[in-house]
Amino acid sequence: MTLELFIFYLFAVITLSSAVGVVTARNPVYAALYLILAFFTSAATWVLLEAEFLGVVLVLVYVGAVMVLFLFVIMMLDIKIDTLKEGMVRYLPLGLLVAVIVVAEMIFVMKSSTFDRAIPEPAPLSIDNTKALGEILYTEYMYPFEIAAVILVVAIIAAISLTLRRREGVKKQNQGEQVRTRKSDRLRVVKMDSEKRTSTRQEERS
Amino acid sequence: METLTTFLNSFLPEGLSAFIVIMLKIVAIMLPLILAVAYTTFAERKVIGYMQSRMGPNRVGPKGWLQPIADTVKLMFKEIITPTKSSKVVFFIAPMLALAPALAVWSVIPFWDGGVLANVNAGLLLILAVNSLDVFGIILAGWASNSKYAILSSLRVGAQVVSYEIAMGFALVGVLMVSGSLNLTEIVKAQGGGLLGWNVFPLCGLFVVFFISGVAETNRAPFDVAEGESEIVAGFHVEYSGMAFALFFLAEYASMILISTLTALLFFGGWLSPFGNTFADTPILSFIFGDGFHWLLLKTMFFLFCYLWFRATFPRYRYDQIMRLGWKILIPVTLVWIFGIGIAIAYGWQPWL
Repeated sequence: MTLELFIFYLFAVITLSSAVGVVTARNPVYAALYLILAFFTSAATWVLLEAEFLGVVLVLVYVGAVMVLFLFVIMMLDIKIDTLKEGMVRYLPLGLLVAVIVVAEMIFVMKSSTFDRAIPEPAPLSIDNTKALGEILYTEYMYPFEIAAVILVVAIIAAISLTLRRREGVKKQNQGEQVRTRKSDRLRVVKMDSEKRTSTRQEERS
Repeated sequence: METLTTFLNSFLPEGLSAFIVIMLKIVAIMLPLILAVAYTTFAERKVIGYMQSRMGPNRVGPKGWLQPIADTVKLMFKEIITPTKSSKVVFFIAPMLALAPALAVWSVIPFWDGGVLANVNAGLLLILAVNSLDVFGIILAGWASNSKYAILSSLRVGAQVVSYEIAMGFALVGVLMVSGSLNLTEIVKAQGGGLLGWNVFPLCGLFVVFFISGVAETNRAPFDVAEGESEIVAGFHVEYSGMAFALFFLAEYASMILISTLTALLFFGGWLSPFGNTFADTPILSFIFGDGFHWLLLKTMFFLFCYLWFRATFPRYRYDQIMRLGWKILIPVTLVWIFGIGIAIAYGWQPWL
């Protein structure tokens, strides 16, 4: 076994076992942590396939951003673990059915002529991965790329406008205005003559 | 390095000797780094002390120079307390998760021409990706501590780091547009030709954005709402003691040094001398004023000093103002700047080349 193969199997085992952990962990935070591990090791497998750009982007986007927000939400929700586990047996047959269908579909796809052939030797890249991807993305696939970006923006705006609600009577701070205040807006220097200090002691006594 | 490899090859199998050489290189990077972290804490206390008309630590050793050693020994012998009902495994994994990315990033940082552990093509991207993992340590520490203050702090950190990462990423996009590469060595080499070749001139706006978001990413003052002593005692590490706390400390300072080094590499020409080739013919001056590691060290130290300077100067930002600064000011600035650079490159106006 070459070193490369050994590393591949190591990462594959970690990916699969952490994927099992995602669904079996009792605590949702642990499940999210297993998912992070699964993402990370699959990124490592991609790097092993010389797709270093995809691997790094997987870590950057999914692990670094999406999973942070995921964890964020899970931590804030006070999830009752017992109620989550309820009905496991009841839904098990349905889950198994879905699993069997998915596996069958995967096997059919893999057996089709598109995939069922010898793995070609990787063509040596004259330029690096990132550059190759960038060139193809911004020339040949320019329109699909831009359309995907527009769809994402539409989705973001839709999500924001769905959850945005303006409530009456809520006190809000206008930070822009707060930042722009100057000393002259808040402070007034009053000029007055100094008063004479007389017989204060007597007043205190009385 | 080659002589060492050939020497090891003479009695060891090839894979093992390569492994040993890599390990030695890692140690050669890690040891100075950890020493630098220790003395950054000392420098911080001294610098802030003098800025506030105090002496700073001056009791342990000559002029207080052994203070960081004493602190380390103290932290090592302190008891590590686990809070009741905390999630024990995550509680101890969290500090490691904070430290590991902060140290792993150094593998792609070049210290001089060729002085790099792994000369990765997508180096800049890798730094961004690994740097984004830093936040997990803090978030998990807050959650696993089973403490209200800690979880509040970890929520603050999550929002802050995710927001500023975007601005930082965009600032890096500008750098890679100008230098045409993601490889850090190439980026530095593209800034050749003396002071005026540095990226900071065409990218001054992006430099400011990068450094501000770098300060925010490392949760340092004035963006240290994660720790906010006056509001949430010490934030995510309230429940940590001894070495577990020291690991967070180490991670924070290692990422501070990292951001300073990155600023020097990406915007200030890294190990390149500001004088270019002016002194190339003079015998001794060519060494001092020529390119070399000492320039990178000098620039890094300046930005590290800026970190301490900010801490002594600015009051802490309010949380909503941090969000406003990140989303409404820094990100628009970077977008406009990138657009401008794009136009300049498309029309061939590249006065910096």
